[in-house]
Amino acid sequence: MAYQIIVCGGLAPDPLQTLEPVTTPTGPGLKNELMLPNVFDPWAGHALYEAANLAKNQPGSTIKVVSLGPKAKLQQVMMTVAQKLPFELIALDGPGGGFTDAVSVSKALADAIAAIPGFDKSQALIFGGWESATRGAGVVMQMVGERLGITEQFLAVDELTVDPDGALVIKERVEGGKHQISKCAAAPAVLAWATGSLPEPPNHPQTGMANMRVMMPALQKAKPTALDPAAIAYAQVALPAVTRQTRIVKDVPAADIAAEIAAWIKQ
Amino acid sequence: MHATTPPKQQEFLKTLPGDDIRQLLWRFSDRFDLQMLVQSVRAVARGPVARLVANGGRNTHEWTPEKNALLTDFDNSGITAAFMDPHEGGYLEGPKNLALSLIAFELAWVDAGAATCSLATHLGLSPIHQRGTKEQKDYYMNLAAPAPGKVTKRAAFALTEPIPYVGVETGILCGKIRIAEWPEGGEPILEVNKRGRFITNMGFADFVTAAVESDDPRIQGTCMVILEEGDPGIFDRGVPTRKLVMQLSSTSDPVFQLKVPASRIVGGYSVVNGKIVPTYDHGAVIEAVFRRTRVGVGLMTSAKLLSAVEPLIRYHRDRFRGSGVVVPGSPRYELGLQQKEDVTHRLLDIWAVGEAGASLGFLTARMYDELDPIEKLKDAALAEQGIGGGMSAVKYLRKRSVEAIEFLEMQSHHESLRNKARYAALEADPVIQYLVTDGQANVLCPATKLWNTGYGNKMMREAVSLMGGYGITEDCPGFLSYKWMDSQLEATYEGPEAVQRRQLSMTMINEVFLAQFRTWIHDMRRVAATEPGTGACTVASAMHLWLWTLEHLQHAKDADGAKLYQSNRQGVTFPMADALCWLLASRAQILDVEHLRREGAGGVIAEGFEGTVAFLTDLCHIQAARAAGEVARICSELVFGYMRHPSWDRSDECSTCFKEEELQQLESLIPGASGFTSEFIRIDGSHDSKAGPCVQSTGLRDFTRLRSKLDGCLAGALLAKDRAADSIQKVMIPAALDYPQ
Repeated sequence: MAYQIIVCGGLAPDPLQTLEPVTTPTGPGLKNELMLPNVFDPWAGHALYEAANLAKNQPGSTIKVVSLGPKAKLQQVMMTVAQKLPFELIALDGPGGGFTDAVSVSKALADAIAAIPGFDKSQALIFGGWESATRGAGVVMQMVGERLGITEQFLAVDELTVDPDGALVIKERVEGGKHQISKCAAAPAVLAWATGSLPEPPNHPQTGMANMRVMMPALQKAKPTALDPAAIAYAQVALPAVTRQTRIVKDVPAADIAAEIAAWIKQ
Repeated sequence: MHATTPPKQQEFLKTLPGDDIRQLLWRFSDRFDLQMLVQSVRAVARGPVARLVANGGRNTHEWTPEKNALLTDFDNSGITAAFMDPHEGGYLEGPKNLALSLIAFELAWVDAGAATCSLATHLGLSPIHQRGTKEQKDYYMNLAAPAPGKVTKRAAFALTEPIPYVGVETGILCGKIRIAEWPEGGEPILEVNKRGRFITNMGFADFVTAAVESDDPRIQGTCMVILEEGDPGIFDRGVPTRKLVMQLSSTSDPVFQLKVPASRIVGGYSVVNGKIVPTYDHGAVIEAVFRRTRVGVGLMTSAKLLSAVEPLIRYHRDRFRGSGVVVPGSPRYELGLQQKEDVTHRLLDIWAVGEAGASLGFLTARMYDELDPIEKLKDAALAEQGIGGGMSAVKYLRKRSVEAIEFLEMQSHHESLRNKARYAALEADPVIQYLVTDGQANVLCPATKLWNTGYGNKMMREAVSLMGGYGITEDCPGFLSYKWMDSQLEATYEGPEAVQRRQLSMTMINEVFLAQFRTWIHDMRRVAATEPGTGACTVASAMHLWLWTLEHLQHAKDADGAKLYQSNRQGVTFPMADALCWLLASRAQILDVEHLRREGAGGVIAEGFEGTVAFLTDLCHIQAARAAGEVARICSELVFGYMRHPSWDRSDECSTCFKEEELQQLESLIPGASGFTSEFIRIDGSHDSKAGPCVQSTGLRDFTRLRSKLDGCLAGALLAKDRAADSIQKVMIPAALDYPQ
């Protein structure tokens, strides 16, 4: 079975950067946000690597990545991601980060997917992260599916296999560290991935060169995509408070330390 | 009139310069292949390389499995294949000097040993790439190109040899080659005896390109020969060198005693009158190889200096945080040691040298990318005229250098003043373009290697010192102490400092280069006219002073009548080479910032552009002032230092001294008027308490004028430093270093 795998993947500021919330004329943002290096959202990254694995095992399958973010940042991030696997980029030049409205984002992504030439919903598997590393709203993929009319949706997916009869066998995370296994007869479906089980593929520069020859013109022509700034209002934004309490101990058994930590967590 | 001091309320640097800025500065913003390369090399450097260093991988001389695993990372990231052309298994089209320089820069940002390991692999292949026959290139590049399911074969380069206890000499070879067998009508079999010293990559190399000399009347001269591990005989990797630095590269003293077919001579051979005549002697091969690879080494030290900026700012800023008595929001908490001007100013010195070195190195790398195709066209043009290599080519090129100078002079004139037809003809002539580009490259390459590593090493010590006691521990963020020690080796390998100075002392007096240098002075003046804050005016004045001094020294003699500027007078030639390096680095830095100012404007850089350009401009000014100071000092020492100091003992030198009674008479007419001179003879015949009359600058008035002008050009340089120091206090840095400690 050949699938049209479409991965929705956004950008996130490099987590090692100083992320300081500030108020901008258009709402909350990060200090010097456009100057911060970005990475491909790690949750979406898992989805992409799983897509590559599925495409490899299902001959004829294709991968397209739909990404919304500032054009220059998309280009910067693709310099790395494009070296991992062959895919086509559909770039939407618009705001990224953690303060965008999930409803508007889902509309932009769904519209872009629906407009892909040759898009065949019956073969479509819409992949993405189950949440993002920026704000973690965890709702975009469901809304993308709804807008596209795809109602078979799976969240926090860790594994996907395809039965010989073409059915999708999907393992989703549920409460208590357990998985729920579902069987979906066929595409289309939305899969919002948790971590999956695949490592980051090694670089392959030749793949990167081939990808970028196509992506660079696509980035130049990226469709300007405006989101509704009034769609969401934030009362307050702040980083989680960091506290450090240090106590010097010596020769305490590891079990005692673990017990103390567990007791502290239970408080 | 332009103000040389920009308004105080200029934008400050918001974040450390990112990739978008660097791509513009170093001119690869339009090369996505290089941008990808940078990202993948960076992932290796700040991933496996940094983890290995943090886990103590440097604490042994042995080539361990953990170190060996880096080679696979190099293969997977595209570092190994970056050297090859696409048809050889690579992925980068065209010349690769800039690409290889970027690799060296990124790896050295974390560990220079890893960078050396990568460079040495390319160095081992370089003789084959530059001078090999088609068959040799096809075979060995394919062996060395990584591919799925294939074991990558590694190369090493063996030039230096042990001459027992008296050092090494690259011009004299002890490795011997003789004919072991020469079957009738068949290919000769050669016996190679070679002992290498300090040979990089020998812990794992599968084949070696070795320099050898004929020990057989049936072989002419010297050559380079390819040795493989499986060849019959001894392929002994030798004992690891007990070096104190760069332990992520493998170095040992190998021994080879092998029999190989004559087809292994790099570049092939011909048989003339029963004698094997190698197409290239070993000198022709290493000249082509080293002139390119030395650039990457220079850039390694610059990478370290720039890599030190972020850890230093973090250390200084966070120095007092965590103490109960230093409360958040207080200057001591927010700025830490950055409250002290000395800290920020010294950091600026380090940063400015790093920027200047990087600009010089990448300029040189780009120049070799330009030179490579021009050189091929030149070779073809010479071949068409029946001119081979060697002295006939040298003579021909020397003859045509007059036209190259003519071209450069026309280039410096306004278009409307040129003879258009003549200019177009010279511009289209590959020989002329080769002479012009080669003349620059022959200076820029040794300058990069010499200045970036030599002065960079001194500034790395400064960086370590700015970390206090922490700097000299294994826990120092950014591995600064390792970087400091490693940079000492960078200043040494691939031709130590004296070799670079010697090369410069010859190439910098090439008339084609000097014609180019004169146009550069005008270029700097033009930059100064629009952007005085760059210090371009200072650099132009310093270049003028240097040029005047060079011309003076080439004709002047010392007090004993000996010629000053001559090959063996290294006390004259070497300091002039050093002074030139300062100028070239500062000029390159200014040109890069001007390029950024032009190309990054208009929203190309989304945010913080003004502040970044203002800060980098101030760094240029700081560096320009420092360069001018060095040049002025060196030139003054050389111009005056070889003159005999006047003495009271010589009556001819006292002929202009006043007599005490003359001064007394003068004083009685105009009180205080005698104070203008201390050169007088007292009534008792004695003189004032000094060595002798002041030196008369006869014939040196121009020098004095230029020197005085240069001193005045320093105006504003320290104001620039104060502004830049403000930026250092305010700049936002990442929350943590992006590689482990």
